[in-house]
Amino acid sequence: MTPLLEVRGIDKSFGPVKVLHKVEFTAYAGEVTALVGDNGAGKSTLVKCVGGIYPIDDGEIHFDGRPVQVHSPRDAGELGIEIVYQDLALCDNLDIVQNMFLGRERRRGPLLDEDSMEELAERTLSSLSVRTVKSIRQQVSSLSGGQRQTVAIAKAVLWNSKVVILDEPTAALGVAQTAQVLELVRRLADTGLAVVLISHNMNDVFAVSDRIAALYLGRMAAQVKTADVTHAQVVELITSGRSGDLGLKNGVTP
Amino acid sequence: MNKVKELPGEAIVAATQSPSIGNSFLAYLQRVRGGDMGALPAVLGLVVLCAVFAVARPSFVTAINFANLFTQGAAITLIAMGLVFVLLLGEIDLSAGFASGVCAAVLAVTLTSAGLPWYVCVAAAIVTGVLIGTVLGTLVAKVGIPSFVVTLAAFLAFQGLVLVLVDEGTNISIRNSVIVAIANRNLPPWLGWALYALCVAVFAGVQLRRARTRAKRGLTADPMSLIAFRVGMLALFAGLAVFALNLERSRNPELVSLTGVPIVVPLILVLLVVWTVVLRRTAFGRHLYAVGGNAEAARRAGIPVDRLKISAFVICSSMAAIGGIVAASRASSVDPNTGGSSVLLYAVGAAVIGGTSLFGGKGRVLDAVMGGAVVAVIENGMGLMGYGASVKYLVTGSVLLLAAGVDAMARKRAAAAGLR
Repeated sequence: MTPLLEVRGIDKSFGPVKVLHKVEFTAYAGEVTALVGDNGAGKSTLVKCVGGIYPIDDGEIHFDGRPVQVHSPRDAGELGIEIVYQDLALCDNLDIVQNMFLGRERRRGPLLDEDSMEELAERTLSSLSVRTVKSIRQQVSSLSGGQRQTVAIAKAVLWNSKVVILDEPTAALGVAQTAQVLELVRRLADTGLAVVLISHNMNDVFAVSDRIAALYLGRMAAQVKTADVTHAQVVELITSGRSGDLGLKNGVTP
Repeated sequence: MNKVKELPGEAIVAATQSPSIGNSFLAYLQRVRGGDMGALPAVLGLVVLCAVFAVARPSFVTAINFANLFTQGAAITLIAMGLVFVLLLGEIDLSAGFASGVCAAVLAVTLTSAGLPWYVCVAAAIVTGVLIGTVLGTLVAKVGIPSFVVTLAAFLAFQGLVLVLVDEGTNISIRNSVIVAIANRNLPPWLGWALYALCVAVFAGVQLRRARTRAKRGLTADPMSLIAFRVGMLALFAGLAVFALNLERSRNPELVSLTGVPIVVPLILVLLVVWTVVLRRTAFGRHLYAVGGNAEAARRAGIPVDRLKISAFVICSSMAAIGGIVAASRASSVDPNTGGSSVLLYAVGAAVIGGTSLFGGKGRVLDAVMGGAVVAVIENGMGLMGYGASVKYLVTGSVLLLAAGVDAMARKRAAAAGLR
C-alpha cells in the first residue's frame, strides 16, 4: 500500500537551531496516524512544513506516490492537505455555514449563494454524523468547545481534502466532548481520509490511532502500528527516544 | 481500529425547532436577554424621547417639525452609515466630520469660484472623499498606525484644510438650485406614494421569493406569518410617515404650498439598501464581518485584510462626502464649521446607539439610520425647548457615553450568556 502522504528525510533549521533531522513520516488513507512527542520535539514544525507554512531545507514530500512542492498553504490546500490548528481560527460573530465557507464563498453573480452553501455545509455535517448542533445558522460564539472543534474539522473536510492534520484537537476539552471529537476523528479515517492526529494524551492516541509516530528531539524515533506497542513503550519513545529494540540507537540513528 | 462508542446527540442537524412566528419571537427575546439587543435601545429611545418632547413642547408633533427631523438628521445619518464600515473592523474614524467639511468646501469652491456644473462639483467632492479614505486606510493598514491616532491627526489637519479652502473663514453661499434642492425641496405627494408602494412591493417580493426558494430546497424558511408581519409593519410605519410628510406644512398655503417627502429621504433609502446588500449579500461584506470578528482567522482564510481595511475607510470617507454635500445643501452655504463641532460625535453616537459595536464585528447600516433618528430627535427637541450651546454640548457628550456604555454592557452580558 502506498502511503498517501510521505515525508522523506526532511531537514529544517531556524537560524543555528536544527529543529528537524532527516525526519521520515508516512500517513495512509483510511488510517489515523498519531504524531506524538514531548514539547519541542518538532511536531508542530513538521506539520507546518507539510502545510506549506515553513519552507523545508532539505528532503522531499511525496503525495499519492509522486513528489510535490508545497510552498504555501494554498499549495497544500490544492493537494488536499488541510490543517486544523489548535486555536481553530473561527469567527465568533459568524454562523457555522459562514465560517465553513470563509474565504471560499460560493457566489451567484456578485451575490453570495447562501442556499447552496447551507445545503453543502449541512450535507458535510451529516456525512460526519454530527448531531450536536441545533442549527447550522447558529453563531459560533454560542457553541461549546467540542462543537467548535467539530465545526473546524468539518470546515477542513468540506474541501474534498485527502489529508486532515489535527493539532491537539482535544487539549482544551472536557471528557464528554473529547469522546465526541475522537469519535469524529475515527469517522474521518473510516470515510477514507488520511488523518494525522497530534496529541499529548496517550489515552486519545490509543483510542483512535492505527499507527503512532514518535518524535524525539527533532528525530523520528519510531513509526509503529498501535496494535504492536504498549502504553509504556510509547511513553519511553517520547521521553528517551528508544524502547528496547525500537527507537534511536545512541540517540541518533533510527 | 478501536471503535469509539456512539454518543447520544442532542438533536439532528437542521431539524431545528419548527419555524413559526411564536418561535421567532422567542428566539429574538432570548437574543435580547443574552445582550444582543440590535436596534432595540434605539427604538425604545425614540419612543421615550418623542413622548417627552411631545408633552413638553406640542410644536414637536407638527407636520413641519416632522419634516424638519429628516432634513436635520440626514447629514449625520449619512456619515454614520459610512462609519459603520470602519466600526465593523474594530477601527474608528474621528476625522469623518471634518472630512465631510473638506468635501463640502471642495463642492462650494468648485461650484462658485470655478463655476463648474453641479454634477462635476458633486463628483469632485466624492472623489475627495475617496482620496481621503485611501490615505487614511493606507496609513492604518499598511503603515500600521492605530486608526485612532491617524484619524485624530486628520481631525486636526482637516480643520486647517477647510480654512484654506474657504479662504480663512469666509462663508461661501451656494445658489445652485439642484444642490440646494437636495435638503430643502420635496417630492410631489404622488411620487412619495408611488415610491412607498414600490418599496413595500419590492420588500414583500424579496421576502417571499427567498422563502419560496429555500422551502423548495428543503431549507428552513421563514413562515408566511412572520413575512406578513414584517411587510405589514413596514407598510404601516412607512405609510404613516409618507402620509405625515404629505400634509400641508406651509404657514401660508395660498401663497406657497409645502408638502411631500423631502428629497433626502429617498437618497438615504437608496444608500441604505445598497450598503445593506453589500454587507449582507456579498463576499466583501462577509469578509468585513470576519475581519472584525477574528482578523487572524480571516487572514488564514486567505482574505486580504489590508485591502479590506482600506476599502472600509474609503467607503466611510465617501459617505462623509455625501453627508457634507447634504449639510452644505441644507445650510445653502459652507463655512469653516461645516462638519465641525458635534457632527462627528453625533455620527459615532448614531451608529453606536443603533447597535453597532465599537469593538468590531457587529453592526448594520440600518443601525446608523435608527441611531441617526434618535440623534435628530434629541437635537430637534432640545432646540424647541430653547436650550443653549452649553446644555447641547453636555447632552452630546452624555449621549455618546451612554451609547458606548450600552455597547460595553451588552458585550459583558453576551460574554456571560456564552454568546461571545
